[in-house]
Amino acid sequence: MSQAEAIRSPRLLWTFGLLRSELLTTFRRWRTLALLAVLAGVPILVGIAVKIETSGGSSVGGGRDGGGGGPAFISQITNNGLFLVFTALAATLPFFLPMAIGVIAGDAIAGEANSGTLRYLLVAPAGRTRLLLTKYATVMAFCLVATLVVAVSALTVGALLFPLGDLTTISGTQISFTEGLGRALLIALIVAVSLIGVAALGLFVSTLTGSGIAAMATTVGLLITVQILDQIPQLHAIQPYFFSHYWLSFADLMRDPVYWDDLVKNLEIQALYAAVFGSAAWARFTTKDITA
Amino acid sequence: MDEPSATEPERDREDAGESVIATRGLTKRYRGGQLAVDGLDLTVPAGSVFGFLGPNGSGKTTTIRMLMGLIEPTSGAARVLGRPMPRSSRAVLPHVGALIEGPALYGFLCGRDNLLRYDAADPTADPRTRRARVATALDRVGLTAAAGKKAKAYSLGMKQRLGLAAALLQPRRLLVLDEPTNGLDPQGMREIRSLVRELASDGTTVFLSSHLLDEIEQVCTHAAVMAQGRLITQGSVADLAAGVRGRLVVTTPDTGDAARVLKEQGAADVVVTDDRVTAEPPDRDLAEVNAALVTAGVRVRGFGVERASLEDAFVALTGEGFDVAG
Repeated sequence: MSQAEAIRSPRLLWTFGLLRSELLTTFRRWRTLALLAVLAGVPILVGIAVKIETSGGSSVGGGRDGGGGGPAFISQITNNGLFLVFTALAATLPFFLPMAIGVIAGDAIAGEANSGTLRYLLVAPAGRTRLLLTKYATVMAFCLVATLVVAVSALTVGALLFPLGDLTTISGTQISFTEGLGRALLIALIVAVSLIGVAALGLFVSTLTGSGIAAMATTVGLLITVQILDQIPQLHAIQPYFFSHYWLSFADLMRDPVYWDDLVKNLEIQALYAAVFGSAAWARFTTKDITA
Repeated sequence: MDEPSATEPERDREDAGESVIATRGLTKRYRGGQLAVDGLDLTVPAGSVFGFLGPNGSGKTTTIRMLMGLIEPTSGAARVLGRPMPRSSRAVLPHVGALIEGPALYGFLCGRDNLLRYDAADPTADPRTRRARVATALDRVGLTAAAGKKAKAYSLGMKQRLGLAAALLQPRRLLVLDEPTNGLDPQGMREIRSLVRELASDGTTVFLSSHLLDEIEQVCTHAAVMAQGRLITQGSVADLAAGVRGRLVVTTPDTGDAARVLKEQGAADVVVTDDRVTAEPPDRDLAEVNAALVTAGVRVRGFGVERASLEDAFVALTGEGFDVAG
């Protein structure tokens, strides 16, 4: 017994074993891989569509606006494949990316409750706060991976189908390809950070129900609702508080000099959502009776 | 890091109590107003194999969930390993292995990965010995051959075994096993029973809920009976069964003479039915009673004591069949 006592004090490093296990479990799941595959497919479709449309010598763009109401990056793709990265992120940010986050975040706690594994994790004892933090960290890791998958897929397709080289910013100045690549990476990070609000919201919804499907559906439903409300002009007074309102501000990173106002507002709103819904999720989860 | 690790003073406190589980007035009322557990005073002595009995819906599972810190009691207190629950979950639960309401597994992971995950959830589990401990636990429940199979392909019995393996990942001081032989074949049940005995002989206290009374009778030293959220009785299995005494049964064609002789020998409550005479056994050597019968010319076909089973005790206590829900 005394030997058993000796090995039973928690070590700081051991506590991250759960995070490692959670990451492994999440990213080895067939469902996660399917979501990532769909996200990787979007730039391929956009790239091929642009290639086919311009193969006759005509140019894209002109009267059309860019994917998802974003900036008109799409017209530049034929000149520089790097613009496919920006186009693909602008096309996936309004719906595909947050939907994937909603699935992962919504299922985080509710899915475990649904399968009954939650009670065994808590009895292990995972600790409620530790488990919630681990889940949130994993969802954020998924945000980053999902965004990078889109960006890398777009860069690959762009490099294969179109020329690469120096690029012109929205402000009209020229920057080198290396600096462009750096900005593309920065944009990908900003896009990943833009998803923190949805992730916190999804995690909170996930603590409310014992059904993974219900939590996923609610999160994605909220996402669509907010996206629609953000388009109604009469609601302009509350629109700045929607988590998606400043999402497309990442395009400002392509200005020279960079226009920071909306970018900062976006980060503020994401931090606000993370704080509010993170606290709500914590308050709910640490006091909940686990009957599943 | 506010929880100190298990240290000596804390163990002294617990040893002084001599009880591994102690509840005082433990009560749970669900939000709908339903009273699931009503003023439970349960004491599980250290080193015992404790059978927890009761019809479905009697509050057994709610009690176990409160003991494991999954449900907050409405009132009352529960101490596990001498410390209050659910407040001391982090210090107590690493010493407790539990199987609650059947196993729950990640169907998309193989058996071994399921155990690796549950072990990783315990911050006091050493990752360096994780694989070895998982292999030992798998071996202990006889699942080594199926360790690489996806858990969703497991039969109910295999899932149950894997759930047990999760409870055995570390040396435990308390095992809480809710219906551990559910879904197992007779051979599997025997294996689990011998495993429980083996663990108990190592000094682990086992808290076993079951609806199989003969199972409780075979492995448990102590038992408690719940019905409709209340604790009806608790004590050693021998005492509980003794509450309903066994009866002396004499099979004979000479029932009249036999009844007379038994009364002379000091037997009380003599009842004659067909060719059987039953009575409460007198406080003397039954061999002499038999000799007296034969001396009196009673032709004895059969002579013996029908032992009261725990089931008799249970029916006598609850006044109902075992499977009737509260």
